[in-house]
Amino acid sequence: MPELIYVAAAIMMGLGGLGAAIGVGLLGGKLIEGSARQPELAPKLQVTFFLGAGLVDAIPIIGVGIAMYLIFVVAG
Amino acid sequence: MAGSTPTVSEYITHHLTNLTFGKLPEGFERADGTIIGDGGAWVMAHGGAEASVMGFNAIHVDSMSWSIGLGIVFCWLFRSVAKKAETGVPSGVVNLVEMVVGFVDNTVKDTFHGQNRLIAPLALTVFVWVLLMNLMDLVPIDLVPKILQLVAGVHFQKIVPSTDPNITLGMALGVFILMLYYSIKVKGFGFVKELTMTPFNHWAFIPVNLFMEVVGLLAKPFSLGLRLFGNLYAGEMIFILIAALFSAGALWMVPAGLLQIAWGIFHLLVIPLQAFIFMVLTIVYLSMAHEDH
Repeated sequence: MPELIYVAAAIMMGLGGLGAAIGVGLLGGKLIEGSARQPELAPKLQVTFFLGAGLVDAIPIIGVGIAMYLIFVVAG
Repeated sequence: MAGSTPTVSEYITHHLTNLTFGKLPEGFERADGTIIGDGGAWVMAHGGAEASVMGFNAIHVDSMSWSIGLGIVFCWLFRSVAKKAETGVPSGVVNLVEMVVGFVDNTVKDTFHGQNRLIAPLALTVFVWVLLMNLMDLVPIDLVPKILQLVAGVHFQKIVPSTDPNITLGMALGVFILMLYYSIKVKGFGFVKELTMTPFNHWAFIPVNLFMEVVGLLAKPFSLGLRLFGNLYAGEMIFILIAALFSAGALWMVPAGLLQIAWGIFHLLVIPLQAFIFMVLTIVYLSMAHEDH
């Protein structure tokens, strides 16, 4: 059933993107809250924010890569 | 890719195949019909099927040569700058190198609280080396393989070493060995205690603690290597897909070019970020190895 590969790729990208979007949203909100409370800490918080965003970002990007591989090489 | 126009999936597979040198078993029939003689033979693989038959007795020549070459570039560049450095206002490449060294130095001072003279040079090497390997992702994907194919007849070439899990997991393994070394050196018997007596400080929980701590310990280098590999592999995959769009006809050339630029600009963020994360996690893991409770 090669059609299921497309479904698998869609679930992979969708759920990965959903989770990461919530994560990055929370991170960004807390960054704004934190730098509004203590503006002098903003540059330091920004570095930590980018580190966290990079860690969260990795999973959906990996998911997209594997999904593309499934769609174009395994099914194609 | 034997002269004829490849399909999209052939094109992708071709770009994701490493140049492999390894030992084929005896009696194996190669793609051009020759049969390997007694005792096997050490040859360059022609395609993924031969590379998978080679199994453990194989080495990815392209990943190794590009990564070692970039390591030499890093050492040479930083050495030549270090010899030129003086007290005046720096300019050009000296300025760049001083910024990188200062940035890494600050990060290490913020993150690492133990006493160790190895950490800062290690962090600098990891950061610049990974950054250089990732930057190969921005070279147009067909440029180097096509030139090598036309000039030297080399059929497979992956020029981004960090899209090869062997390279990234190899680096993570190096970090893991350092973690174990410093854990035992700094904590001594305390390391055994940390593995068996946390989080539940009672003798009856020793197997549970040991299992949880060992899994946690092994997950660190594994996720460190796979994170870098996954990001760069996915990025490279999408670069290849956009490049494959150029074969879809003249109408697609402009959108494909724009997509290539957009993805390239996004990657200008991802490439240093992943190098930075690899460096920070290396420092954090080694810092945890130095913390004696």
